[in-house]
Amino acid sequence: MSRIVQSLAPFALIALLLVAWEIACRAMHVPVYFLPPPSQVAVALAADWATLLRSAWNTLSMALIALLVASVLAQALALFVGLSPILERAVRPLAVVLQVTPVVAIAPLVLIWAGLDHAGRAIVGLAAVVAFFPIFSGAVTGLKAADPDLERLFDLYGAGRLQRLTRLRLPSAIPYLLEGHKVAAGLAVIGAVVAEFVAGSGGAQGLAWRILEAGNRLQTARMFAALVVLGLLGAVLHAALEAGERAGLRWWRGR
Amino acid sequence: MTVAALNTVEVDYPRGRALGPFSLAIAAGEIVALVGPSGCGKSTAMRLLAGLETPTRGEVARTPGRGETAVVFQAPTLAPWLSARANAALPLELAGVARTEASTRADAALARVGLAGAEAARPAQLSGGMAMRVSLARALVTEPKLLLLDEPFAALDEITRRALADDVLALWAQTRPAIVFVTHNVEEAVYMASRVVVMTQGPGRIAGEVAGVGPLPRTPGFRTTEAFRAQVEAVSGLLARGMAA
Repeated sequence: MSRIVQSLAPFALIALLLVAWEIACRAMHVPVYFLPPPSQVAVALAADWATLLRSAWNTLSMALIALLVASVLAQALALFVGLSPILERAVRPLAVVLQVTPVVAIAPLVLIWAGLDHAGRAIVGLAAVVAFFPIFSGAVTGLKAADPDLERLFDLYGAGRLQRLTRLRLPSAIPYLLEGHKVAAGLAVIGAVVAEFVAGSGGAQGLAWRILEAGNRLQTARMFAALVVLGLLGAVLHAALEAGERAGLRWWRGR
Repeated sequence: MTVAALNTVEVDYPRGRALGPFSLAIAAGEIVALVGPSGCGKSTAMRLLAGLETPTRGEVARTPGRGETAVVFQAPTLAPWLSARANAALPLELAGVARTEASTRADAALARVGLAGAEAARPAQLSGGMAMRVSLARALVTEPKLLLLDEPFAALDEITRRALADDVLALWAQTRPAIVFVTHNVEEAVYMASRVVVMTQGPGRIAGEVAGVGPLPRTPGFRTTEAFRAQVEAVSGLLARGMAA
C-alpha cells in the first residue's frame, strides 16, 4: 500500500500543480502568449508531436555522438596521463579551466571554427567539451583507485607495467568510469541544447531550435510543448543511465 | 636452514623511526608469531621479510625466489571482478603460467582450503571467512617457502577465527612452509606458533621470545592444558614490559 502511495506521489503532485495552473490561467484571464494553460500546451503537443520527436532525436543523437567522442578522448588522455604523475600535474589545471569555463562563452568561438554552415559539428564539439571532464576525472581517479594491498601483491609476484595496467588498474577503474559516463551523458544533452541556442538559426533542428522558433513567433504554448519533450528526454536518459550503471556494477561485482 | 633474516634493521619514515634496531631469523618450516602493541612496526617487519621494502639501515637476507613468498593481509584483498578461481590463479598468471594449468592449480588450492564447489563465485557472494580462505588459497597456489600472514583473522568472529587457525595449521602440515604471522591475540599466537616473538612499543625492538611447547600442529585440546596457560601468561608479561619500555 505505502509503496503504491510512494510511487504515485510525484504524479499526484504534478497533476495537482497542472490543475492549479489551469484554474489560475482561466480565472485571471492570463493572455495565452504570456502563460498558456496546460490544456493549450497539450493541444500544441498533440499538433507538433512528430516534429518534436524528430527534434528530440536530433538533440539526443548529437549528445550521444558527443559522448562517444568525449569518452574516447578522455579515456585515452587519462591513460596517457596515468603514465606519470608529472604529466597528470601538467594536464590537470588545463582540464579544470576547460571544465569551469561556461560552455555558452566558448560556443561562438567553436561555431566560427566549425563554420556557420556546419552547426552540427559545433554542437557535437561543444557537447563533447562539457562531457569530457567527468569521464577524464573519473578515469584518472579510477586508475589510481586500486586496493593498495592488491598493488603490493602485484609487486610481490613481480608483475610488469602492462600486467598491472590490464589486470589491476583498468578493472579497478570500471566503477569510476561508469559513474563518469553517467554524469557526462546528462551534461552532453545540456551542452547540445546550449550549443543549439547559440547556433541559433543554423542548420541544426534540435529541441532548442524549436523553442527559439516558437518564441520568435510568440507561440508560447509551442515553447512549453518543446520544453516538456526536453524534460521527458532528460528524465528518460537519466533513468536509462542509472539502470546502465547498476547493470554495469552488477556485472563487475558479480551480483 | 634460514629462509629469511632481518639483521639489525632500522626503518625510518619521514615522520620518524618505525622499526628497530630489530633482528629476526626465520628457519625453514617454523611458525613464528609476531606480537606487539599497535604501531610497533610489525607490518613494516613483514614488508621487509616479503622484500616489498628495504630497510634504512641493516640488511635483509632472503632465500625464496620470485613467487616463493606469499602474503595474506588482514582483509581478504580479492579482486571483486574476478571469480574465486581467477583470484586464486592470479599469482600463477602473473608468473606466466598457462591459463588452463593456472586454473587447475587454483582449483586444487581452493579445494585444500575447503572451497571446492565455490570456484566460480565472486568475492561479493562469499562470507568473510570464505573470502579469507580464497586469500589463503591464492597464497598457497605457488607452493611458497615463506608464508607471511599480517593479522589474517583480525576481522573475523571468534569461531571462524579458530576454525581458520586450525585450517592453517593443517595446511602447514602438508608442505611445511615457514610461516610468520602477526596477531594481537596472545592465545592465538601461543596456540599456533612454534615460537612467539614479542615486540616493544614503536619503534619496535625485541622485548623477548617464548619458545613453544609440544609438537606442531597443535590440536584444540592444547588450549586447555597447563602449559598453554603458562605460555599465555609469559607472553602477556613480556608484552606488558615491552609497553613500559
